[in-house]
Amino acid sequence: MTAQPSSDVEAAPVYNEADDGERLHILGLFVGFITGLPQLIFPIFAAFFGTRGSDNPLISIAAVCAILLFSLFFRWLSWVRFRYHIGAHDIRIESGVVSRNARSIPFERIQDVSIEQKPLARLFALGEVKFETGGSDGDDAKLSYVSMDEANRLRELVKAHKSGLVSVANSGTDASEVDAPPIFAMDPRRVFIFGLYSFSLVIFAVLGGLAQQFDFLLPFEIWDFRHWIGVAEKRGVTVENLNGIGWAAQIILATVALCGLILIGFATGIIRTLLREHGFRLDRTAKGFRRRRGLLTLTDAVMPAHRVQAAVIQTGPIRKRRGWHSLKFVSLAQDSKDETNFVAAPFATLAEIWPIANAALIDAPDPAVRFRQGKFAWWSIRFFGLVPTIILAMTAAMFFAGIPFYRAVLLLLVPVVFGFLWWLEWRRYGDFIDSKQIYVREGWWRQRLAIAPQVKVQTIEIYQGPIARRQGLASVNFGISGGSLEMIALPLETAKAIRDAVIEQVAAVDYAVVAAEARASKSI
Amino acid sequence: MTIESQPELTQLNPAYVTTTRIASALGYLPFLVGAGVLEYVQLLPPGCVFVPAFLLYLFAAFVVPARKYRHWGYDMGRDRLRIVRGYMFFRDTVVPFGRIQHIDVEQGPIDRRYDLATLTVHTAGNHNSTVTLPGLLHADALSMREAIRAAIRQDQI
Repeated sequence: MTAQPSSDVEAAPVYNEADDGERLHILGLFVGFITGLPQLIFPIFAAFFGTRGSDNPLISIAAVCAILLFSLFFRWLSWVRFRYHIGAHDIRIESGVVSRNARSIPFERIQDVSIEQKPLARLFALGEVKFETGGSDGDDAKLSYVSMDEANRLRELVKAHKSGLVSVANSGTDASEVDAPPIFAMDPRRVFIFGLYSFSLVIFAVLGGLAQQFDFLLPFEIWDFRHWIGVAEKRGVTVENLNGIGWAAQIILATVALCGLILIGFATGIIRTLLREHGFRLDRTAKGFRRRRGLLTLTDAVMPAHRVQAAVIQTGPIRKRRGWHSLKFVSLAQDSKDETNFVAAPFATLAEIWPIANAALIDAPDPAVRFRQGKFAWWSIRFFGLVPTIILAMTAAMFFAGIPFYRAVLLLLVPVVFGFLWWLEWRRYGDFIDSKQIYVREGWWRQRLAIAPQVKVQTIEIYQGPIARRQGLASVNFGISGGSLEMIALPLETAKAIRDAVIEQVAAVDYAVVAAEARASKSI
Repeated sequence: MTIESQPELTQLNPAYVTTTRIASALGYLPFLVGAGVLEYVQLLPPGCVFVPAFLLYLFAAFVVPARKYRHWGYDMGRDRLRIVRGYMFFRDTVVPFGRIQHIDVEQGPIDRRYDLATLTVHTAGNHNSTVTLPGLLHADALSMREAIRAAIRQDQI
């Protein structure tokens, strides 16, 4: 207790609230209030139904108004008590109504500055600025909301501080980056094609979930089929009618229904993709990769090139036919929860992808090199677990459930299907190392090729489970920041050889040096 | 693959067997007590619960620690730390000193009686971000920490 006043006295002259603390934009208060309204639904319902019994309906309205005012008042209080200050070496954020919190973020620790504009904030020309640090709770350094001018000023300020810190040469390139052509962009046509490939029936799951959640609000029983049949009969459609219209008509009806389903699936995919990817643009700036995208919610994110730990190139069996791939960068950012991997190009050809990867100092595999295939025993051993289970299930089905033999035999399809999938997995799997990088290719449905520079590897582990040990097989797991690469189905001796080769590369350089080199190289 | 077959690896301090035995004997005691209670209420024929539970307890608390000890090993290299452990689930981990972010030396109450300590190194990786090495003499753990620290500092200069 006694220590607190003294620290206040120390802090006060340096960061005087009166002259150098800045407040958030006042309009942001209302934006926050309106976007926060859904959280107030339950208190409002409670107040409304709690006072419903009283004689005067005005009491209910007054109670709801009181809740709204209460919320606004607290938002105003925290707005009054929130200040940020840009110092010579750090950004300070003071917040808290009752318990005060003063956070200092040194410029060197700021990895990313992102500006997000939600639709409502966009109306008022406001933006939410997030300072991302390497720490696990980077979300706390958030300014919601400031004017867009201020947001851009803050970003430039941090950039200037960082580039001054890293190398003076960067300041020259800063001016030219504004008009430089993007290294990757998607026109509306590309976004549309991407949407076609993003076929999704998730809308039915959402609608079903909503209907289940709120069915007490609906005036009819949604799951009551007799009710629906009744409704149909009132309109002159009966089951007998449907049965009577003949096969051809039934097939036509089914086809129409199926087409509707497919149409909705495509529409969902296109709309979702359009909302997220509209106006996609990736720039290579002095600081790193800058990505802008979004139709209603514009996002603007920067990923410093030296933070790229690995690249993941992904495709699917259908989109691959047309050469469409996606490129993601794995990084040590733990703060952006929904996207730990930075999507650098969501839908592009390989010819477009490799230059982007090269900009992050990641090279394409030499086309002449053949990937090492995994030992098939690694996959086929699973049959020893599966086949007895199936035979047991067959016997149980025949003896206890009285299912005839010819139908129980159908269970044998299960190992056949699984065997086929495992065979596909084995076919797709491949790995190899060259003098610089590690490559792992896997998956037949989500086809991934992960590439990591060996110097970015943090730990190497050889692992043998009880089954793999009997087979003499092992896996090698490379721990990297933000993810890991695993080579599987290797003979133990090969695993050791790979480990020894990579560790020589890794141990030779200190990680701090690796990061510094990557920073220096981009100023060229 | 036991550690004896790999001469380059150092074994843990033999006192590790004792400390692990004490720790697991205490840790599994609630299960034994639970089995005793089940025995006492006599739902099943006498000895049906307690005898197997007791045998399992003896195995887990006295046989397993010795086996664990036999399969632990480490090697302090010039620029890397290698840790080998496990028989059923064999793991052979290498952490280069240049990738270590910070180092802990921990001592629990049982460890203290036998002058043992656990060395933990943290890296920035997601997989294996903490690598622990138990059963070291406290003084050894401290000197290993200093050696790693010196190696890191030298690299940075």
